[in-house]
Amino acid sequence: MGKPKIGMYWCASCGGCEEAVVDLAEDLLMVTDKVDIVFWPVAMDFKLSDVEAMEDGEMLAVFINGAIELSEQEEIAKLLRRKAQLVIAFGSCAHMGGLPGLANMQSKEKIFDYYFHSGPIVDDTGVQPDPEITKNEHGFALPEFYSSVRALDQVINVDYYVPGCAPTPNIVLDAITTLLSGNLPPSGAIMASDRALCYECPLNETKPDEGMKIKELRRSHEVEHIDSEICLLTQGMVCLGPVTRGGCGSLCIKGNMPCTGCFGPMDGVKDFGATALSYIASIIDSENPEEIEKIIDKGIPDPIGTFYMYSLPKSMLFKKLQEKKEVVEIKTE
Amino acid sequence: MEEKFNPKIIGIFCNWCTYLAADLAGISRMQYAANLRISRVMCSGRVHPEFVLWAFKKGADGVLLGGCHPGDCHYIEGNYKALRRYILLKKVIGQFGIDERRLRLEWISGSEADKLRRVTNEFTETIKSLGPLPNRDDIEVDAFDESELKIVEPEYVTS
Repeated sequence: MGKPKIGMYWCASCGGCEEAVVDLAEDLLMVTDKVDIVFWPVAMDFKLSDVEAMEDGEMLAVFINGAIELSEQEEIAKLLRRKAQLVIAFGSCAHMGGLPGLANMQSKEKIFDYYFHSGPIVDDTGVQPDPEITKNEHGFALPEFYSSVRALDQVINVDYYVPGCAPTPNIVLDAITTLLSGNLPPSGAIMASDRALCYECPLNETKPDEGMKIKELRRSHEVEHIDSEICLLTQGMVCLGPVTRGGCGSLCIKGNMPCTGCFGPMDGVKDFGATALSYIASIIDSENPEEIEKIIDKGIPDPIGTFYMYSLPKSMLFKKLQEKKEVVEIKTE
Repeated sequence: MEEKFNPKIIGIFCNWCTYLAADLAGISRMQYAANLRISRVMCSGRVHPEFVLWAFKKGADGVLLGGCHPGDCHYIEGNYKALRRYILLKKVIGQFGIDERRLRLEWISGSEADKLRRVTNEFTETIKSLGPLPNRDDIEVDAFDESELKIVEPEYVTS
């Protein structure tokens, strides 16, 4: 029997997840010793027709990174689902929608307008591409841009998740080793730690014993001097470590940056943003509504951007809806 | 509106104060808007923001949270936690495009059945004037074909 075949594909993502694979460095050679890479458009020359020619389930596993926002991405994701025995959502965008998922806060028209007409980097011609054209009797069509961004498992069935923005090399290597060992975790498993980041955080010991209370929330660029020896939350930075899955090796914390939650929620949490909100709100040290409001306005000017940075498509409310706002007179008895 | 809009309002009340007030209102045969569906939690500090988002997702038109007056919490500071979450949560639902007036927090003690009646009636009026909130599950987002989407046990290779 030949070596197992694996594939990689990217959808709506920045390419950082592809970098994460290259970050394996020498270990990548170990991996290529054991598997055949049969599809990886970013790094190697394969055509879609090569995949189409495969038999169903011919690939052992396919790693898909990126969210789904174009019809093309959906089609290829579905094709790869058929051709692979295991589909692994690789990185935050495939796992929870990721940063592209924040597009769900805007309508499709608004995004187009910003991108082609009103944004800071538009060309002077103001040309907006047509979805379809015919030239010399040949028709060309661009893929459809959906009105909302989805995570991979909202489009196809996903067997495993490798979280992270981008997944760290140790997580990637663990995932590949687990897959090749044949000793597979239960379907739907997230291949990272099952405890919160705080458990592995080097600053955990500096957390106050009598409970966390913070009087002031600050964004990291507003802190003049970040003390790299003390828990970032106690310094007033919005760190989502307490509600985020660990396994990343506390890379951001070691770089004096608070956790933004790219590894997503721990098992059993339905809505990551709501849980993060719940935690941060509970440790604010104030009992006065006006003061609380002030602390929140200063430290968290954009709550959805803070709490749902990577998980908006997987949140309960999924996307923004425009409700008509009218002034309502409230009758009192 | 042709048909009269009858809003669905979810009340999440704390066991020690607001739920008692609702109980008292019932015993005292007080009449108030029947749009309120009450569920009881031990403390308003138990109200996870997920509860509220879930209610809105499932088509509740308004959510009313009830807790003890500041300083009266049976668990000392649960209601302050509720207050802070409420303030932050209001901003989040606003960003999701839900009118912030659809979420309301009130301190109602066990003896204030009359306040409960007043708040419920007031809140129902507010929601009636705001109109119905679309059920998020019914929103047609895109022409995604979800029929193939189910948990399938894959065939594992063992070698």
